[in-house]
Amino acid sequence: MMDTVFFYIFALMTLGGAILCITRRNAIHSAIFLIMSLMGVAGLFLLQHAEFLFAVQIVLYIGGIMVLFLFVIMLVNLDEEARHRQFNRQWLLGVASVAVAGGSFTLFLRHQTAWTALPVAGRSAPAGNTELLADVLFRNYLVPFEVASVLLLVAVVGSVIMAKKRI
Amino acid sequence: MHPITTAHYVALSAALLLIGTLGVLTRRNIVIILMSIELILNAANINLVAFSRYWGPENMNGQIFAIFVITVAVAEAAVGLGILIALFRNKETVQADEIDLLKW
Repeated sequence: MMDTVFFYIFALMTLGGAILCITRRNAIHSAIFLIMSLMGVAGLFLLQHAEFLFAVQIVLYIGGIMVLFLFVIMLVNLDEEARHRQFNRQWLLGVASVAVAGGSFTLFLRHQTAWTALPVAGRSAPAGNTELLADVLFRNYLVPFEVASVLLLVAVVGSVIMAKKRI
Repeated sequence: MHPITTAHYVALSAALLLIGTLGVLTRRNIVIILMSIELILNAANINLVAFSRYWGPENMNGQIFAIFVITVAVAEAAVGLGILIALFRNKETVQADEIDLLKW
C-alpha cells in the first residue's frame, strides 16, 4: 500500500524532472531538474531494496556528476547561448521517431506475459544488501570489476588531456 | 490500490528512455545532450534493478550490472565534458549544429 504511493511519487519526480530538464532554456535550471529526476530514481532503488545503489546514486550521481556538470556550465558561460534557438532544425523528425518508438513500447507492454503479473513488493528483502553485493561482485565479477577500474583510469587521463591547453 | 509489479518499473523506464532520446535528438546545447544521455543510462538502471528484484531477493546480478552502468556513465560524463571544454576553447560555441567542420 505505502509502496504503491511512494512508487507514484518517485515516478512523478523522475518523469517530471526529466521532462523539465530537456525543455528548460537555462542550462542551470536543466541541471537542477536533472538532480530532481536522479533523486526520484534513487527513491525507486530504495523501494526495490537496493540500498547500496541508492547510496551510490546519491553520492556519485548527485554529489559527483551533477557538480561536474554545474562546474562546466559555469565555466563555459552559457548566457549568450540561452538567447538563441533551443531546438535544432530536425526536431520534428526527432519527435516523430520517438513517437514511433513509444507506440511500439506501448504495444509490447500491453501484452500480459508471465513477468508482468508478479508483484515486486511480494518478496521479502534479504538482510545486508551491501554484503550480498560485495560477495557477488568480488567473486563472480572480479575481472569486469578490474576492467571497470582500467576504464576509469583511461577516462581520467583522457579528460585531462582533452581539457589541457597544450599537451 | 493495486500492487506495483515489474511491468510498472519497465513502463517507467521506457518512458524515461523516450524522454532522454527526445532530448538527445532535439536539443542544440551539448551540455543538455549529455544530461539526456545520463537520463537514458538511468532508465537502463531502473530496468536492471527491477529485473534483479524479479529474479529473487538473493539474486544480485542486475544490481552489479547497474554498478557497471554507473561506472561507464561517470567515464562518459568526464570525457564528454572534457571534449566540451576543448570545443568551447577552440570554437566559442556549445551548439551541436554549429560544429559542422566535417560536413560537406
